[in-house]
Amino acid sequence: MTNVVAQNLTKTYRVGEIEVHALRGVDLKIDAGEFVAIVGPSGSGKSTLFNILGGLTPPTSGTVLIDGRDLIQMSEADRTLLRKTTVGFVFQKYNLLPTLTGGDNIEIARHIAGKNGHERDPQFEETLKLLGIGSRLHHKPRALSGGEQQRIAIARALVNHPALLLADEPTGNLDTENSTAVLSVLQGLNKRLGQTILMITHNPEAAAYADRIVTMRDGRIV
Amino acid sequence: MVFENLKHRPVRTLLSIFAIGVEVTLILTLVGVSRGVLSDMASRSRGTGADILVRAPESAGFSMSYTMPDKLVGFIRAKPHVALATGTYVKSIDSFNSITGIHLDEFNAMSGGLKVNKGRLFQGPDDLVVDEIFAKQHHNLQPGDPIDFGHNWRISGIVEQGKLSRTFADIGRMQELYSGNGLVSAIYIKLDNPANTEAVKAALQGDLPTYKVDSIEEFVSLFSTNSVPYIEAFTKVVIGIAVLIGFLVVCLSMYTAVLERTREIGILKALGASPGYIVGILLRETVMLALVGTAVGIRITYGTRSLLGVFAVSFPQEIVPDWYPRVAAIALAGAIVGALYPGLRAARQDAIEALAYD
Repeated sequence: MTNVVAQNLTKTYRVGEIEVHALRGVDLKIDAGEFVAIVGPSGSGKSTLFNILGGLTPPTSGTVLIDGRDLIQMSEADRTLLRKTTVGFVFQKYNLLPTLTGGDNIEIARHIAGKNGHERDPQFEETLKLLGIGSRLHHKPRALSGGEQQRIAIARALVNHPALLLADEPTGNLDTENSTAVLSVLQGLNKRLGQTILMITHNPEAAAYADRIVTMRDGRIV
Repeated sequence: MVFENLKHRPVRTLLSIFAIGVEVTLILTLVGVSRGVLSDMASRSRGTGADILVRAPESAGFSMSYTMPDKLVGFIRAKPHVALATGTYVKSIDSFNSITGIHLDEFNAMSGGLKVNKGRLFQGPDDLVVDEIFAKQHHNLQPGDPIDFGHNWRISGIVEQGKLSRTFADIGRMQELYSGNGLVSAIYIKLDNPANTEAVKAALQGDLPTYKVDSIEEFVSLFSTNSVPYIEAFTKVVIGIAVLIGFLVVCLSMYTAVLERTREIGILKALGASPGYIVGILLRETVMLALVGTAVGIRITYGTRSLLGVFAVSFPQEIVPDWYPRVAAIALAGAIVGALYPGLRAARQDAIEALAYD
């Protein structure tokens, strides 16, 4: 079953008088349960594709379906709902809320999705076990290592069971040991729990953990 | 999250709470002083021991500015059930102070007597008797001290407060000094039985149809903020200023909070938080600041009462619990309006730009 379909996807930004063509007709299919890495140099359009697939910005033209829902037709409110229910984000800088503990960072994602923050389901318990962060949930981000923060960010991204996990340079701020741990976790989530993952990375070693590597250049997939 | 956010910036949170507290204190102190002063005036009017008060026809509110012939005192004395009647002559010296000229013996007979704390009651023509509050307010006056109070007086004695006025002089000297020979400002009447008040009042009103004839209870009921238009207007102006302070403080505090939390707002948006959810967080923080600020403001009000008791003794401040809900609503309204612009700004923030913010 196909999870993500993008056809002839374009995105044009206007910066002052200049039009910037960030995506110039991207075609991409990601099957459910697939782990795909997108690689490419800076300015190739990786982040723009990430932002569109995550519902953070609308495409200019083309078709993009996530879990059967067409993003091109979506209003801002629809895209907010998409982020709440269908996609989960993992960022290079972890992006945990600094005033909350690791556990509360996870709970708030459930709360935003309208669920009881204290109810956990068995599948998510399994995810937490895989992430190995059970003992670190009561600490605030400043008391956690980069690897621990990123694993909590992954837990937060998965707490609402998104159809698609989007990871933007998830190991970009980590040392080799923590990078390996995080990538192994992502791979484990994909293999053991069937989580669909799209990961953006500069790092070929990180990309190697994926089932498939897609290369982008100048706003196109090559 | 709301509590954690407030804890994260304790100085800003405390300053905001304090500023809202000041707003609340400002309102409660003004209302409390207005009521305290009026209540003190009412209490001193009751302290005369009189049952009925007669004032000049032109008198309005609780004013004693107008005069009437002092021969009316004798006329009233002759009326049935009138046990005592005495005239007073009141001269305003400044906005807050006046001297009351009294017939000492008559006034003492009616009120039960001025209780002398220091010195003695007036004997010479330029002797002035003041109460303990007035003495304290004027650099701790002592018997024998001279005082230029519309005239060069000499303090002869200091009496216990609570009877009609804070300053007393001989009525004859007052009438002479202020061109009031044969005139009085008010006539206080004590009856043989207070139960006869309404009947005597009606009879007097019949005899003196143009004069203001009030029972003492009717007269003291005039000492309310509602019957003093400038107090109401002044209170509204101060409430307006206080709300503006609360609005500006919360607006500034929340605006800086939104700027500081740009990235966090981006994170919440990435997690699917709606604009309403983000505004809701800020509003909940604001409500918490306003409620804690209100509680702090109420507490500070006890401090201002103590300070006034030391530095402005003639401005007694009442504690006004009936105003707590009103002042809480005022503080909340000002704070919520102040949080709206920062809240809307946060809600409209672009998620991608917010996430890129360092």
